Amino acid sequence: MSIKIGEVPYKERIQKGIKDDFMRQAVSSAQGRFRTGRITQAEELGNWEDWRDLGEEIRTHTLENLDYYLQQLSEQVSRRGGHVFFAETAEEANQYVKDIILKKQAKKVVKAKSMVTEEIGLNKALEEVGAEVVESDLGEWILQLDEDPPSHIVTPALHKNKQQIRETFAKKKGYTGSDTPEELAAFAREQLRQDFLAADVGVTGCNFAIAESGSITLVTNEGNAEMVTALPDTVITVMGMERIVPTWEEMEVLVSLLTRAAVGQKLTSYITALTGARLDEEVDGPEEFHLVVVDNGRSKILGTEFQSALHCIRCAACINACPVYRHIGGHAYNSIYPGPIGAVITPLLEGYEDHKELPYASTLCAACTEACPVKIPLHEHLIRHRQIIVEKNMAPTAEKLMMKGFAAWGSNPSIYNMSAKMAKPALGPWTKDGMIENGPGPLKAWTDVRDFYAPQGQSFRSWFKQRQKDGGSK
Amino acid sequence: MSIQNREAFLDKLASRLGRERRTAGVERPQWSVTPQDEVFKGMSQDELVEVLEKHCKVIHTDFKRTDRDGLAKVLNETLEAYEGKLIITSKDARYQEYGVNEFFEEQKDQLDVHVWEAALGKENQKIAERADVGIVFSDITLAESGTVTSFNTKDNGRSISLLPRTFIAIIPKSTLVPRMTQAARHIHQAQANGEDVPSYVSFITGPSNSADIEMNLIVGVHGPVKATYIVVD
Repeated sequence: MSIKIGEVPYKERIQKGIKDDFMRQAVSSAQGRFRTGRITQAEELGNWEDWRDLGEEIRTHTLENLDYYLQQLSEQVSRRGGHVFFAETAEEANQYVKDIILKKQAKKVVKAKSMVTEEIGLNKALEEVGAEVVESDLGEWILQLDEDPPSHIVTPALHKNKQQIRETFAKKKGYTGSDTPEELAAFAREQLRQDFLAADVGVTGCNFAIAESGSITLVTNEGNAEMVTALPDTVITVMGMERIVPTWEEMEVLVSLLTRAAVGQKLTSYITALTGARLDEEVDGPEEFHLVVVDNGRSKILGTEFQSALHCIRCAACINACPVYRHIGGHAYNSIYPGPIGAVITPLLEGYEDHKELPYASTLCAACTEACPVKIPLHEHLIRHRQIIVEKNMAPTAEKLMMKGFAAWGSNPSIYNMSAKMAKPALGPWTKDGMIENGPGPLKAWTDVRDFYAPQGQSFRSWFKQRQKDGGSK
Repeated sequence: MSIQNREAFLDKLASRLGRERRTAGVERPQWSVTPQDEVFKGMSQDELVEVLEKHCKVIHTDFKRTDRDGLAKVLNETLEAYEGKLIITSKDARYQEYGVNEFFEEQKDQLDVHVWEAALGKENQKIAERADVGIVFSDITLAESGTVTSFNTKDNGRSISLLPRTFIAIIPKSTLVPRMTQAARHIHQAQANGEDVPSYVSFITGPSNSADIEMNLIVGVHGPVKATYIVVD
């Protein structure tokens, strides 16, 4: 897989999402729970805005000095017995990992959940050299068995219900139990435990690398990243180049922001910091450690007006706050990074051509910006994307017509007045009790999902004039 | 160990940032706010124990409190509840100091206790995989989040608190600090003084869990399915 999920056109993806009642219900309830968790945690701290300011300052300073901190990190990892490879492209990263697999003659690779390895398509690359790749995060495992892409960056299988999961387990793994979540999870525990113990290589992502000590911080609830790093003799960590902090003190602050903003927990069950290779006489941990630092388009964002998009700590708070995501779900974005942050970074990483609709999958209500624990101005980035798309002449026809048309229409008072009056009789056939339920032409896309107030036959200006005449009483 | 492709990669970043490469002299700025230092500031050890106890309910962890004389009894009750026969522990002088070794000795007919032994290599992992209970002493305990910090070394393998079905942490009251801030600062200061951080540092907060199936909280996924903290005064 890469960032882009498939070739289905935007409108069809949206239709599919909107018609998927289970998914919409699941997303809506998950959003509610995640948001409540985040807000409760923020209220309990009492000074959440200070925390956000601190998070923003840390991210800004780190990205401004990214070359310095990556150099320090690489030296520390190397000093602690690890290898470091800087990969400019996905292909370079995949090739490096493939070479290790071949050299080790590794048969089985266990993975902890990682967005960057989804982004570069690592699993497919490893399968090409004959390795069996097992995803060990419960949600990722379900998706892997079902060959389905993630729809949320924290709970990737959010769009699946337990009956579907039971069927997948039965079909792919011979599961015969019920569809209670506990029994399904117990089955996954038992199956994956054997994979952990038998794996030759473990592959992880990275929540935060710590430059001062060369440590890799991993944040999980299930304990799978711990299995992946404690048991196999070779461990490979793949990190997006921006996922770094100067010292343990900043790591701690960002982890606190991450777990609160993502799932409303003070800390997740497991926070692990892995530093280089295991020492003499140690049994757990890798004897061979590799760190792969991936650019894959990120450096194009550095030094631009979008630089703060690289501050993202992948908590999904913006996704959980987004009213558009709530209705269309993750797959509609056609990117492994959905929601507001996905709509900002996907076009930056992969270009506008394939993703020009994403900045429009937003109401610009700014709920995302308000939710972001490191204060990325997400909705402002989305507006800027739209400006660039119109400048590049790539905007959807409706948007271009609207921008041109409104200028002509709105600047001529007599045409404006007439069309405002005419709108009511013209839309009469579609109007019922003052609402339009199944509108024609451009209104259709809106009224497919909600009703639209029918024009009242009186413009605001004429209403206001009337109101003043009446002495402001109405 | 090897570092590949670094110079061209970092030169490019510097050029994107519109300046020369920075290879030295970067200092962290004075942050304008430090809210992390305000949490539970000035609380006594006993107050921190109360915070921890309260939070244990949230993290699905049984909380017990005793003193050194009562530890054997509490440990015994907990092991019985977990139907713990095969037990794996870290190798730590505190087991002797807190009378736990004496308790194991008394119970040797009922309990099979394996103490992590580096010389046995991977055999330790196999025992941990079969064990009913893993026991560790907390090195630093974070009251706010209910977290046990474990510095994993040759005598304290990561597997002990990961592979067995259940997990018990013995928490000397003196190891309590308000939150992760203090643990991170301790490690940062040691690192700055030239003392290397252990190759594996674990912050463990209760049993493993997941909400990946229809957002239902499932306690017990890959790591232990149950956990007990025993605070010792």
